[in-house]
Amino acid sequence: MASADPQAAALDTKAAQILPGAVVRFAGDSGDGMQVTGSQFTVAAALAGNDLATFPDFPAEIRAPAGTLYGVSGFQINFAARDVFTPGDRPDVLVAMNPAALKTNLADLKPRGLLILNTSAFSKANLKKAGYEVNPIEDHSLDGYAVVAIDISKNTIAAVEESGLNKKEAERCKNFWTLGLMFWIYGRKLEPTIKWVEAKFGKRPDVVQANIAALKAGHAYGETAEISHYRYEVPPATVAPGKYRNIGGNVALAWGFVAAAELSERPVVLGAYPITPASDVLHELSRFKHFGVTTIQAEDEIAAVCLAIGASYAGAIGITTSSGPGIALKGEAIGLAIATELPLVVVNVQRGGPSTGLPTKTEQADLFQAMYGRNGEAPLCVLAAASPGDCFHIALEAVRIAVKYMTPVMILTDGYLANGAEPWLIPDVAKLPRIPVHFRTDPEGFHPFLRDEETLSRPWAIPGTPELMHRIGGIEKNYHTGHISYDPANHELMSKTRAGKIAKIADDAPELKIEVGDDSGKLLVLGWGSTYGAIREAVSRCRERGLSVSHAHLRYLNPFPKNLGEVLARFERVLVPEMNLGQLVKIIRAEFLVPAESYPKIQGMPFRIEEIEERIRHTMES
Amino acid sequence: MSNVISAPSLTKKDFETDQDVRWCPGCGDYSILANVQKIMPELGFPREQTVFVSGIGCSSRFPYYMNTYGFHTIHGRAPAIAMGVKAANPELNVWIITGDGDGLSIGGNHLMHCLRRNADVNVIMFNNRIYGLTKGQYSPTSETGKITKSSPTGSVDFPVDPATFAIGCSASFVARSIDVDAPHLSEMIKRSAKHAGASFIEVYQNCNVFNDHAFDAFREKANRDEATIRVEHGKPLLFGKDKDKGLAIEPRTMALKVLDMAAPGAAEQVLLHDEANPTLAYMLARMPFPDFPVALGVLYCVDKPTYDATLIEQRVAAETKLGHGKLTDLLNSGNTWTVS
Repeated sequence: MASADPQAAALDTKAAQILPGAVVRFAGDSGDGMQVTGSQFTVAAALAGNDLATFPDFPAEIRAPAGTLYGVSGFQINFAARDVFTPGDRPDVLVAMNPAALKTNLADLKPRGLLILNTSAFSKANLKKAGYEVNPIEDHSLDGYAVVAIDISKNTIAAVEESGLNKKEAERCKNFWTLGLMFWIYGRKLEPTIKWVEAKFGKRPDVVQANIAALKAGHAYGETAEISHYRYEVPPATVAPGKYRNIGGNVALAWGFVAAAELSERPVVLGAYPITPASDVLHELSRFKHFGVTTIQAEDEIAAVCLAIGASYAGAIGITTSSGPGIALKGEAIGLAIATELPLVVVNVQRGGPSTGLPTKTEQADLFQAMYGRNGEAPLCVLAAASPGDCFHIALEAVRIAVKYMTPVMILTDGYLANGAEPWLIPDVAKLPRIPVHFRTDPEGFHPFLRDEETLSRPWAIPGTPELMHRIGGIEKNYHTGHISYDPANHELMSKTRAGKIAKIADDAPELKIEVGDDSGKLLVLGWGSTYGAIREAVSRCRERGLSVSHAHLRYLNPFPKNLGEVLARFERVLVPEMNLGQLVKIIRAEFLVPAESYPKIQGMPFRIEEIEERIRHTMES
Repeated sequence: MSNVISAPSLTKKDFETDQDVRWCPGCGDYSILANVQKIMPELGFPREQTVFVSGIGCSSRFPYYMNTYGFHTIHGRAPAIAMGVKAANPELNVWIITGDGDGLSIGGNHLMHCLRRNADVNVIMFNNRIYGLTKGQYSPTSETGKITKSSPTGSVDFPVDPATFAIGCSASFVARSIDVDAPHLSEMIKRSAKHAGASFIEVYQNCNVFNDHAFDAFREKANRDEATIRVEHGKPLLFGKDKDKGLAIEPRTMALKVLDMAAPGAAEQVLLHDEANPTLAYMLARMPFPDFPVALGVLYCVDKPTYDATLIEQRVAAETKLGHGKLTDLLNSGNTWTVS
């Protein structure tokens, strides 16, 4: 992250200022194309070798009324010449395409930060919609920032004149004009975006020509004296050698499932019902029929999980993807998969709740639902991805555990991971471990609940196998025969066996390691899921100030890593930041009898590094 | 089901399990079970290729008594689970056993979508017009005014007719039969087994504990000739002991009417059953009893692509066009950069 105000310092020089990093936020109407602009700016930063992280923030409405505060769509990128773990706290640069975008985002911009405004959108009507009585460009209220006010719409329309687009279509190219300008400021190459535009709009040569013209015009505008002060260079980061790509959490998850199909040599069947923010996993997987992936858009959430259960029963890798409200509907069926001990992967891309809640915002409030949200004693394995790229590896791990232990596995990600993106070291497929699948074929001594001594899992005997015909179902079964049983002692034995089987997964999972800091000390900050980057960075900064603090992060939530109790015991205090009102912290307190302290945040937005940093300092002073 | 495979000759006994059948003595379910067990060897599917999937309710205990693969699932969801089974292995011979509550109340949505997608499965719905396993509440097929434990002053619901529902869902095979009419029921099960696509059989099934005599007016042997009509493709729609009555269309109102076959011109007016005519199927399924007879037999049957086959077609098309997917290529697609 850039220090306080190097952008402002650059005012006095015309040469590119070298910066350790920068945070840029694009904000505009939801129809202004800010997500496309941000994504293309991201690709350019990645290709220039920066480490980076991104996060979009868009409204739930597809096309909210133009100019309104609730229709503002944003995209933030943090790119640097060093390791980056979060999309950054406060932007150094804010691009605001209309007054509403300025109003909703200005408070985050750093003092003396660069503010790029599209003046043509600052009309009387738009100012009123955003709640401005006076045009902020004219009333000196922006004097604390480096303001670059340009009539971007007018410049765009002039630039794309030759394309033959009508005025309305021409004006819509303004995001590419803005992107061109930002490319000039940070010395980025235009070619990858030009190629992308050609591929994306190939069927409309006039649109291709117009967007490219706008991009080039914005870039050329940078040369004018008015803006030539602002020219920065963020050198490449030093990262592990290898081949990289940029990847978002939902895509990484989908690719993890494609990889699981290849590594297990079993077809994948995904049952899913459209729901924000999980739908992109369905979209992505539906492209991979040639990888042996079948996707079925089910009639509802319950059918989606039932399709996956039916597919697993018949020998495929059954997967269902959803978000909190959908998971609530799937609860009974997940219980069936637990009772019948079938492999199943359930993905919850968490969003703000309860009920419909905040569909496009992020939250971690479904941990209790994952752990306990079913009738009866119904334990399952719960995993949580720590970063967008980690979603790939979590998907593979979930499938491995599901088929080895014959159990449902719940993967928790969230809107922040799903839509956030980061550079990802492309794994060498040859080095990825195979996922062994064993189908029972031997009728000798077979019954459906005959258990493997090591894993306690029952045999996977799929329809089509001669002489293994058997019946399973949601009614309790006899431990020794697999037939229906209402026997009291048998129910206790089966309940304990199901719980014991899940507990055994800990023997087969990595121990918890300290991410940052010493193995013991005054304070352990324990996190799970998407808070990884913010906690890691906050703990690093506190350590630079000499505080005795360490960071550990849970990817395995049920069962916990075997050494979690020991790790907790090595620290005087434990702090648990979560995007909920304190769920993991309650489990930690209950399981380990340690007075872990909660740091909850439930605003639909991820933690800022500075918030956690502040909380750590406050905790250690108290 | 179209892919009939020859198997070593089996008998009814080979399809029975060692489990005690736990339905109430005298329940119509026994007769349906016996019929299915008897027909299975004739159909020629290997036992291991056959899967019975059920939901919850008395009828849904059925899989435990069939020596095939069986999955007793959760209330109403059997069609969705069965579709998952077919998606993973389209070769399997999949049967769904459900009841009026399981299939039309809690599971109505899944049944609708299973039928309209034309998944290659066979649905047998045991319609007893009552909730039996929960000890006697009114069901979605119970008649209006039905007095039960949960409707002491009479149900205020209008019932749904299962066969009508199935036709409305664009099922490609819809038939109706009676639990105790073994020859007819066997015939319907055989026809449905041979049909490629979603087949739906409604079986009027007597619950002698909570809704005894519900269907006596047409189910009892003595009443069947006059109170039911056996529809057969291409044949005149005649009923009555001496086939002395028939069905015809009143042209000015597009409504069905009962013909006295002895009347002049009746032979020219009587309708011929056409299984491929959805309008006729709908009218037959909905004839109000007792003014009209209850229609039994294959009301509707058409060929259309099955869901399973279309899934396979798309997969084959994708592989033909793109080749079998290579993970390495996928991971390395698009914008990448190398750090040395």
